[in-house]
Amino acid sequence: MKNYLQLNLSLLYWILIAPFTGQFFKIAPIFRQMVFIGVRAAPMVALTAFSVGVTLAMQAAHSLQSLGAEMYIPDLVMLTLLREMGPVLIAVIVIGRSGSAVAAELGTMKVSEEIEALEVMAINPVQYLVVPRFLAMLVMLPALTIFGNYIGILGGWAVCRFALDFNTAGYVLRALQSADTWDLYSGMIKSGVFAWIVITIACNAGLHVEGGAEGVGQATTGSVVQALLAMLVTNAVLTGIFFFSA
Amino acid sequence: MNSNGEPIIEVSDLVRRFGDRAVINDISFNVHCGETLVIMGGSGCGKSTLLRHMIGSMKPTSGSVKIFGEEVTTMNEREIGRVRRRFGMLFQSGALLASLTVGENVALPLFQHTDKSPDEIEQVVKQKLEMVGLTGFEDLKPAEISGGMKKRVGLARALALDPELLFSDEPTSGLDPIMTAVVDQLTLKLTHGSHMTAVVVSHDMTSAFRIATRMIMLGHGGIVAQGTPEEIRSSPNPEVQQFIKGEADGPVPLNLSQEEHEHHQYVKPRPFALARYRFHHKTP
Repeated sequence: MKNYLQLNLSLLYWILIAPFTGQFFKIAPIFRQMVFIGVRAAPMVALTAFSVGVTLAMQAAHSLQSLGAEMYIPDLVMLTLLREMGPVLIAVIVIGRSGSAVAAELGTMKVSEEIEALEVMAINPVQYLVVPRFLAMLVMLPALTIFGNYIGILGGWAVCRFALDFNTAGYVLRALQSADTWDLYSGMIKSGVFAWIVITIACNAGLHVEGGAEGVGQATTGSVVQALLAMLVTNAVLTGIFFFSA
Repeated sequence: MNSNGEPIIEVSDLVRRFGDRAVINDISFNVHCGETLVIMGGSGCGKSTLLRHMIGSMKPTSGSVKIFGEEVTTMNEREIGRVRRRFGMLFQSGALLASLTVGENVALPLFQHTDKSPDEIEQVVKQKLEMVGLTGFEDLKPAEISGGMKKRVGLARALALDPELLFSDEPTSGLDPIMTAVVDQLTLKLTHGSHMTAVVVSHDMTSAFRIATRMIMLGHGGIVAQGTPEEIRSSPNPEVQQFIKGEADGPVPLNLSQEEHEHHQYVKPRPFALARYRFHHKTP
């Protein structure tokens, strides 16, 4: 825990304070990480989000048809995706795919003395390795969430259009009417917080690996489990604050 | 050998314990400008730990390490970064960044710590790789080259900023005899021509005697012997003789149980017995 807090403080220093003392972080590695963490995860996110959109619409149809309330299917798909399923499921995908990869990569660098070599070259590992990954995740997880939301809504539309005889304009209008901008913003805030949690836990696990290949494996598994738990608990807290406290 | 002026490295009363075990037990020595100090000793005798204390990667239990006159054991990260920019370090494995190419690895300290343009950096990278006999390898990844080549790239990277001081951890292990000679000649050229100071941890006795201006042999957590290569070669200490001749029989037992090994590590030899063998145990 102490290491984790130190990493967070160090990150804040390198992002918020160090640039004013002339120690700028480089931009190019951030874009490289954005491609790795975000762009390459897009197909997986799309497939997951589409499946979730289809599932939500089918479940909603099953329940709402018995009440004669099929017209609310787009509302349910839209709100569930924007508020909960979008941010959470896409964070799960990113934890499994990118978070574990970051923990394993940094862990391997640690056991092969690369991190120590950086330190001896007077290059701070947090500035050189963690800052680009952190900023990339902070941009890409919300971006992937927006992308996933679109694809999920498309999944919902596919069920409504082809199985329930909705017309496209009706689906789109109904979906847009049901959602408030706050629904999107709350999802985005969640996504940003999840990004912070996922990448800091992954980097912390990687930077503190001990014990060779076995240690890398344990750190990677540990980072995935910790990130999942932390993300789900935070989601419950944020949902409580956003939608239950008023 | 230039022994004038302030020492570049001053190690005083250095002690490092892991639990009850003292891996380094009261070690003191100085290194002066232009010297090549070879630190030798059996596996697990604390050579690499000593080196890590000198580069500021590890903090001692007690004692002091001064590099360029500055105490590194109490420095914060930023202060130690300033000192580290003045020295290079070659790791035993090379420790190249696997995600970067050979050229990018050598260029890394230049990009981070100098204002040189990319063209100038490319020139320096070419020159440093040429020095270690790896012209044209810039675009390969570390995974595509051999272990010996990685080590030479590590040396080129350590020399990228033209350091005043070079630390090398087993610079010639894994190199063929010809490349060992090339690396040794390069070290000699740098220490004689550019007045670079070198601290080399080595098992390779041929290479050690070729490059050293002074040698230290570690054992039992302390300094068993130190002196010029000639003094070490003619040392009456049977441990030193066994080590430099590479003999299986001698005072250092072949197979140690864990208990014996730990005893061997932290029990300081009886003072009179040690005094018989210890010579030139003075700081220059």
